[in-house]
Amino acid sequence: MKRAINVNVNGVGHTHEVEPRLLLVHYLRDVLNLTGTHIGCETSLCGACTVMLDGQAVKSCTMFAVQADGASVTTIEGLAQNGNLHPVQEGFWEKHGLQCGYCTPGMIIAAAQLLERNPDPSQKEIRHGLEGNLCRCTGYQHIVEAVEYAAKKGSGAR
Amino acid sequence: MATKYVGQRIKRTEDPRLIKGLAHYVDDIKLPDTLHVSFVRSIYAHARISNVDITAAQKAPGVVAVYTGKDVAKIGPVPCASALPDLKVPDHRVLAGDKVYFVGHPIAAVVATDRYAARDAVDLVTVDYDDLPVVVDVEEAAKGGPVIHESFGDNIAYKLTAGEGDIDAVLGSADHVIKQRLIHQRLAPIAMEGRGVLARYFPGEEELTVWSSTQIPHLLRTQLALMIGIPENKLRVITPEVGGGFGSKLNVYAEEALLGWISIQLAKPVKWIETRRENMQATIHGRGQVGYIEVGCKNDGTVTGLRYNVFADLGAYHQLLTPAIPTLTGLMLSGAYKIPAIQINITGVFTNKMATDAYRGAGRPEATHVVERALDLVAAELGLDPVEVRRKNFPAPDEFPFKTATGLFYDSGNYEGALAKALEISDYPKLREEQTKARADGKIVGIGVSTYVEICALGPSQAMPAGGWESATVRIEPTGKVTVMTGASPHGQGQETSFAQIAADELGVDLHDVTVIHGDTAIVQYGIGTFGSRATAVGGTAVLIALQKLKEKATKIAAHMLKTEAANIAFKDSRFSLLAAEAAAAGEVPQPVVPHGEAPAGALPEPEIDGKGITIQDVALAAHIAKDLPPDMEPGLSATYFFEPKNFTFPFGTHIAVVEIDRDTGEVKFLRYVAVDDCGKVINPLLVDGQIHGGIVQSIGQALYEELVYDEQGQLVTGTLMDYAVPRASMLPWFELDRTETPSPVNPLGVKGVGEAGTIGATPAIVNAVVDALAPFGVRHIDMPMKPETVWRLINA
Repeated sequence: MKRAINVNVNGVGHTHEVEPRLLLVHYLRDVLNLTGTHIGCETSLCGACTVMLDGQAVKSCTMFAVQADGASVTTIEGLAQNGNLHPVQEGFWEKHGLQCGYCTPGMIIAAAQLLERNPDPSQKEIRHGLEGNLCRCTGYQHIVEAVEYAAKKGSGAR
Repeated sequence: MATKYVGQRIKRTEDPRLIKGLAHYVDDIKLPDTLHVSFVRSIYAHARISNVDITAAQKAPGVVAVYTGKDVAKIGPVPCASALPDLKVPDHRVLAGDKVYFVGHPIAAVVATDRYAARDAVDLVTVDYDDLPVVVDVEEAAKGGPVIHESFGDNIAYKLTAGEGDIDAVLGSADHVIKQRLIHQRLAPIAMEGRGVLARYFPGEEELTVWSSTQIPHLLRTQLALMIGIPENKLRVITPEVGGGFGSKLNVYAEEALLGWISIQLAKPVKWIETRRENMQATIHGRGQVGYIEVGCKNDGTVTGLRYNVFADLGAYHQLLTPAIPTLTGLMLSGAYKIPAIQINITGVFTNKMATDAYRGAGRPEATHVVERALDLVAAELGLDPVEVRRKNFPAPDEFPFKTATGLFYDSGNYEGALAKALEISDYPKLREEQTKARADGKIVGIGVSTYVEICALGPSQAMPAGGWESATVRIEPTGKVTVMTGASPHGQGQETSFAQIAADELGVDLHDVTVIHGDTAIVQYGIGTFGSRATAVGGTAVLIALQKLKEKATKIAAHMLKTEAANIAFKDSRFSLLAAEAAAAGEVPQPVVPHGEAPAGALPEPEIDGKGITIQDVALAAHIAKDLPPDMEPGLSATYFFEPKNFTFPFGTHIAVVEIDRDTGEVKFLRYVAVDDCGKVINPLLVDGQIHGGIVQSIGQALYEELVYDEQGQLVTGTLMDYAVPRASMLPWFELDRTETPSPVNPLGVKGVGEAGTIGATPAIVNAVVDALAPFGVRHIDMPMKPETVWRLINA
């Protein structure tokens, strides 16, 4: 039995009838065709599916779409504003914070949220803050530098 | 070649689409009416299947078809490309027949209108298993016990002995012979994107397109054509964005053939996206060796001989290169040292597990670990500093090309140079002083050194199963944009940028005017792919030589247009110019040689020429308009080159790890990590740093955290990322990187390759550091992963 949901995604309101068991990540990817949010483990361990839900970074692979009813979601596609990259996106590009790019959208969302909570984090705080996101390519060092770059640019102030 | 771009830290051109979430991995490609496939996989490691009942699944909502082993008997076996003498090759069908051999072995494929329906119906398939005795331990499997493939009589897939020198005599006469058993545990590659396949058959055209997350699009096309029985020129393989490979996608998998075949049966697009659990059960594993070292040395630390008897845990079936991986271990057993006698005795063994195959480093991390542990064992035995033992055994820089007792010729090297630099950066003498002080204060601190060498740029075709060359086509379009098509298939390494750097410098054009195309067999000429740290050394060289060929032709056209000989013009910054004397002779009146005649209305501008020079973009335009070309000149401006390397390359370096161990928990913490790597000439230092970082972290994973554990029933206990410990940002130190640069003479770029260096060089540095830390407790060796519990027990033994 399908349920109606209203979700605001990247500033646009959507109304859909969905199965109660539909995962939020499948709603975003398959219903809204926002495929920038990835699935890496289906068990909320890798963070590839991280999106912002009402300002909180959440793992959309372990949340039902119906749980997002009435919420505002920001995905990687909605992070750049008016064609300008978010400072975290800029940082990842400048500092080579990505290789294959698969973990990147989730990593960027998690980093953006980290900087909102703590605009000037130490390296240790960055590493701790990104513990929920796995990257198999970069060894994280360039990611730490990318987040530092974004912090200097005043990401948290956005 | 000008070097405006090559050698610079250029940020990647592929990044904008990736950081905006606009790139397309396989699952991001949506085709109308796509059906979804989900697999029934064995829950037993070894069992006879008496019946597979699919009737309930067939009736489930949304289900379109269910296939079992007997339905797909016409699909050819999953290929093994290794040709070792007397190798036993099991018949590896795409779906299990009457037996299953490992947990995760695919038994049936369910096809449904959406992925939820497919997954639901998987649970409705009833498989009747009669379980059989399981053999998991590689040494047990070699000894006897349950036989996995009955027709073979035992579990030995092959035995192979290699190496040169009289090892028995050398070990017999050595001052010391040190023996050590050592384990290279099974690892999971864990590309963040698992495997995935989308297949679409066009019944009218009788053409099949397969999108697959692979490292080898062309080799896959050839193999799939053979397996499915479709003409190779009716099959197109497209590699979209690939979310990491690390060797796990250097393969041809059952699912790839099945999806293609199912799409033909149903004449609809079909998609399968691997789950992480499937990825851990049924995508190849890495390492999996249990070996016995015997190293002989003189009293002064000179190593005289090394023997390595190894049981290689191949798993139940061969995948593409499974049996070949341990032979790479044998090749690299000389490490960075002059060892007169070396012998490897490999026993390749079937076990009830997923196949092992190439995981980042592929046989070479094992070799490096063996050699670097052996050198430390020698140092410990003789009471010498591990650094001194290494120095004593290095070949000198003037001894290159250096021949090893494993039959290789190392291209170039300066091992002392990299070591000296790493010692200087780490201030090694001070580290040792600090260690002494720390020990006096009751702290457990260790320093580990690894002076590795690796074999890269795989490789000469003579030494490869299916071609070791790489291809490139370069083209300047009529509008002056440059297209590079590479047979390599980068998936995160950044060759869209580094190959554009090479092209932009060679042609004097802007980096952003170059587009690098890869991973589509309908567009790109045949190629081999990206693995074995080969893409830049082999593929980049193909690009460079193709560019040179293209420039040769462009020079002839430019000379013709400037009414002179090719010898009279120079090329600089994208422009062909008359040499000074020639320009003067041409006089004041320019002689524009503008191609004339009627261009298609408004279609193309005309090439601009001022009598003294012409840009290469205008030459490209003239070459396409083709109204005034030199006699018998082929129109168009493109060139293709297939580069066959004459040798491998041998990058090297020194890694130094400094660790402190928590006495109460056994946890290993890094105090310093210094890496000095030499990968020859560097095209883009930013990308090289990234490769090194990532490689080191996979080494740290192996050394400290990661292990695929099968229980005695052959159940994969570490089957999710909850149980399999991929390193997280918080577990890692800051890496202090530096480089030395010893160009390779094997290719004109002088590059050696860097993709696997970190994974090869770092592991033994970390293990040596932990062993060094625990030396006061009488510890001489520790097997990986050096988990806190293992370490704690050694402290508290």
